[in-house]
Amino acid sequence: MNWDSLDAWWWPFLFIVVAGWIATDMWRWLGVLVGNRLRDDSALLIWVRSVATALVAAVIAKLIIYPNGTLADFPLWLRVGSAVIGFGVFLAAGSRRPWTGILTAIVLVVVGRLLTAG
Amino acid sequence: MQSPATQAGGSYWFIQGMRGIVSLPAFILFCSFVGFTGFAAESGIGRAEAVFMTGSVWALPAMVLLVTSALGNVALPAAFLTVTLSSIRLMPMVAALIPEIRTSKTRTIALLAVSHFVAVTAWVFTMERIQKVPPEHRLKFFAGFGITLTSCNMMIVGVGYSLVDALPPLAAGTLFFLTPIYFVTSIWASARDMAVYLAMIVGLVLAPLFHQVAPEFDILYTGIIGGTIAFGLERLIRARKAKSAGRAKS
Repeated sequence: MNWDSLDAWWWPFLFIVVAGWIATDMWRWLGVLVGNRLRDDSALLIWVRSVATALVAAVIAKLIIYPNGTLADFPLWLRVGSAVIGFGVFLAAGSRRPWTGILTAIVLVVVGRLLTAG
Repeated sequence: MQSPATQAGGSYWFIQGMRGIVSLPAFILFCSFVGFTGFAAESGIGRAEAVFMTGSVWALPAMVLLVTSALGNVALPAAFLTVTLSSIRLMPMVAALIPEIRTSKTRTIALLAVSHFVAVTAWVFTMERIQKVPPEHRLKFFAGFGITLTSCNMMIVGVGYSLVDALPPLAAGTLFFLTPIYFVTSIWASARDMAVYLAMIVGLVLAPLFHQVAPEFDILYTGIIGGTIAFGLERLIRARKAKSAGRAKS
């Protein structure tokens, strides 16, 4: 019962429906049922929002520290350093202009990569 | 009595949501999907399957895990488990979004339908802008954005499938780097309570630690434990503030 088990055109699609679509949407539907019961200003909603934010923070940290693909060839110090400096610039520039920090981080990582690639 | 502006509002706000695809977050997601297309093509996933996966799963980390499972000849139940564990984070995200976009009249079935379009980018985008949308039109605004964003990315995967080989490694790597940088700045910029700042900091610090201890569940542990720590700190700060305010009065 894996991706290549059946030589029918519809099998990969069925695989995606079960292992992809249902596997993700069941959490979204559960989220609707839970969210529908939360009051706008309740402590429980603040907890849910904290958990959601910490989950996304974990995704962010993993994308920078343990990336897939070609970003893994960029040195770790360059990835973390560019992100930290970019975030610092963002804080200094004020949160109304998030692109300043994003641009700083991107420029640093590109220049750093060009220099370290030799 | 509804004002004329609110009556006209229905399709107006749906279109306002659609216009969100011309924005920094949408552009960054397009770049990430170009990266995913390259990964899928390299892994031997067909064009039609990659497009179908984009529309039906609509969560990049889950899609990367699904492709990895397909590639590694993992059995269907195990693939389901891997993908579903990585997607638990969608539940609190949807649960936090729902009170922002519903009114007392919103039907649950409509919320269930639009919940499919919740993923990190749509969540960040909506939490950032939703306060400016009148409450009765927020669902339409979100639907307009979510449906358009998903459709555009399906097209990008379909068209990009034949083109991704030409991408130089420096560009591909930078595209992958753009996503986390965008997430951290936009969540910070759109935060409305102390708990979000705290959760972001605690989460960023805990994630690499949990990755060392339990690489399979690092995101889940970071979310639940980190989020709870941030929530506790926020309660503590709030209580202390209330106490000193009370003391100042007396």
